[in-house]
Amino acid sequence: MTALTHLDVLEAEAIFILRETAALFERPALLFSGGKDSLCMVALALRAFRPGRLPFPLLHVDTGHNFPETLEFRDRLVAATGAELLVRRVQDTIDAGRARDEPGPKASRNLQQTVTLLDAVSELGLDALIGGGRRDEEKARAKERIFSLRKAGGGWDPHQQRPEFWLQLNGAVQSGEHMRVFPLSNWTELDVWQYIGRERLDIPALYRAHRRRCLRTRAGILLAESPFLALEEGETVEELSVRFRTVGDMTCSAAMESRAVSVDEIVREIAAARTSERGLRMDDRRSEAAMEERKTEGYF
Amino acid sequence: MDLLRFATAGNVDDGKSTLIGRLLHDSRALLDDQLDSLRRESRGRGEGDLNLAFATDGLRAERVQNITIDVAYRYFSTGKRRFILADCPGHLGYLHNMVTGLSTANLAVVLVDVRHGLVEQTRRHCFLASLFRIPHLVLCANKMDLVGFGESVFADVREQFEAFSEKVAIQDVAVIPTSAKLGDNVVERSGAMPWYQGPPLLRHLEEVHIASDINQVDCRLPVQISLGPRIGAGRLASGHLRVGDEVVILPGGACAAVAGLTVACRPVAEARAPLSVTVELDRDVDIRRGDMLVREHNRPELRCDVDAMVCWFGAEPLVVGRSLRLLHGTRQTRATVSRLDYRFDMQTLGRQANPPALSCNDIGRVQLQSDRPLCLDRYQDNRATGSFVLVDEASNDTVAACLVR
Repeated sequence: MTALTHLDVLEAEAIFILRETAALFERPALLFSGGKDSLCMVALALRAFRPGRLPFPLLHVDTGHNFPETLEFRDRLVAATGAELLVRRVQDTIDAGRARDEPGPKASRNLQQTVTLLDAVSELGLDALIGGGRRDEEKARAKERIFSLRKAGGGWDPHQQRPEFWLQLNGAVQSGEHMRVFPLSNWTELDVWQYIGRERLDIPALYRAHRRRCLRTRAGILLAESPFLALEEGETVEELSVRFRTVGDMTCSAAMESRAVSVDEIVREIAAARTSERGLRMDDRRSEAAMEERKTEGYF
Repeated sequence: MDLLRFATAGNVDDGKSTLIGRLLHDSRALLDDQLDSLRRESRGRGEGDLNLAFATDGLRAERVQNITIDVAYRYFSTGKRRFILADCPGHLGYLHNMVTGLSTANLAVVLVDVRHGLVEQTRRHCFLASLFRIPHLVLCANKMDLVGFGESVFADVREQFEAFSEKVAIQDVAVIPTSAKLGDNVVERSGAMPWYQGPPLLRHLEEVHIASDINQVDCRLPVQISLGPRIGAGRLASGHLRVGDEVVILPGGACAAVAGLTVACRPVAEARAPLSVTVELDRDVDIRRGDMLVREHNRPELRCDVDAMVCWFGAEPLVVGRSLRLLHGTRQTRATVSRLDYRFDMQTLGRQANPPALSCNDIGRVQLQSDRPLCLDRYQDNRATGSFVLVDEASNDTVAACLVR
């Protein structure tokens, strides 16, 4: 028998975690953003439960600031897999007076989506949310367990985490609490791309190099030109060959100049990259502890 | 490329954070924006231009107090191997977090300050590595730059360690003289210590033989979920399974043959641990979560009386008569403490017989009685099916890591 590769081992671990989640919780949902991590999770879930059906719905928290390509991809994937899709909109949360848009030309709905997410948890009675968070992304995430408990209120308490011995996952939650589950905890960005390549998974067009009109901020960051961003003094708009390394909101996902079109080219580009994936996210650049702060509030 | 999971433990002042920072930096795992952020932090805290120690701690409280509280996971690779590093706190008060990191490791790196030699905490960390049967141990005799890279100081530490390691069961041990601060023998071979003939740390991590770390002999498949009539799914805890194999479903004891086997939907003739598989059996037998598929002539022990080494982390002491939820693989039951045999004194590593209780962070030998039978192997034979955890029934907290004797 041939030797197992790191992808074989990571795939087996993720499938194990997804099966434990289906077995231990009453009402789990898989958080689906249309990005590479969530599309990998859907592929892993299909592989975990065939010949059975997906035992949980996909939940998309829609900020209203999506790239159109992301929504088009989402609907294509749902049609191809027959998965159940639930959508909850930040705009509805704002209209109901439960959140407010930030002021300013670079306003993001990054914080507001936490309210929509936690509202969905109580509305739908969810006891587990499967997320695509990876420990290699960021230093607060590097500390998080695979089964990470959220107390009533949805917050993460990094100092009171349940220990996790071997891969013996403890899924017990009390009423009002829920679990965040991270099947890709031990994957890196490169692993995700290698897996997409190995399994020939469909991806949103945004990840491939394409011509696009981009706004260059004074800090030199490229953002897609969109109705959600106002041009500030000193900023320019230019058309470039770019691709996106993360697919979040149009307001905070930075583009990178690239000519990588195929998954092989993308893998080579990422393997040689000298900046991290989160270095291109405006939402993470706000402070050294930005992610830890947002997570203690209940963020993804 | 294969995957090595390793854990690091050391005292706050042994240079553990610097060693990890050095390993990440010199293997080019720290990217430009991460380096920029490290430089900003180093200057902001008056720690020079670039203090690599800041690469590891993630939580605000850890950065403020300059300690490791919880395990942080780091990921890097070289041309030879992919690495998952669990950076563990060394302090006894955070033992549960250290055990979290150790429990899944193939290898443990323990640091000592070469000026102080083996201190109590080093012995404790080595003892834990041996208790948890980490197959490989590396002792880094660090801060060699502060003793003029002298061979005799290193030889002293190595002798102390060899004398001590005879008392604990560790299969494979390496001792490496390093200076994490200057980078000697971390990634690059040191020019300052020509008397040292062994590999630098990273090369050792790349080359240590890990293929036989997992038990490939005893077929154990704990069933996680049933996916249809005659179809069960789970992750092979150990051993391998082939199409056509005769299996027994424990605890019920029904027999069947494997009619079909898939790994992530790919049909295969054979699969081995630690792969997740879906198994189709050739006849109508009940197969459900909590069952274990094994071979007829290689079975675990089916029993309700459990003899275990228990690492206790509950806030209240563990006493005879206490009932807890027991999680063993995919099986869950209730268990009651029937006897406390001894506890380890973590200062002397000696045994104290018949203790009245195990306090938080105590390790001791305990007899438990479970409500339902468990399919148990000895931990020394099988890390996966020889381990279980205990959960407090009121708080739902995981309060003990247990090793079957």
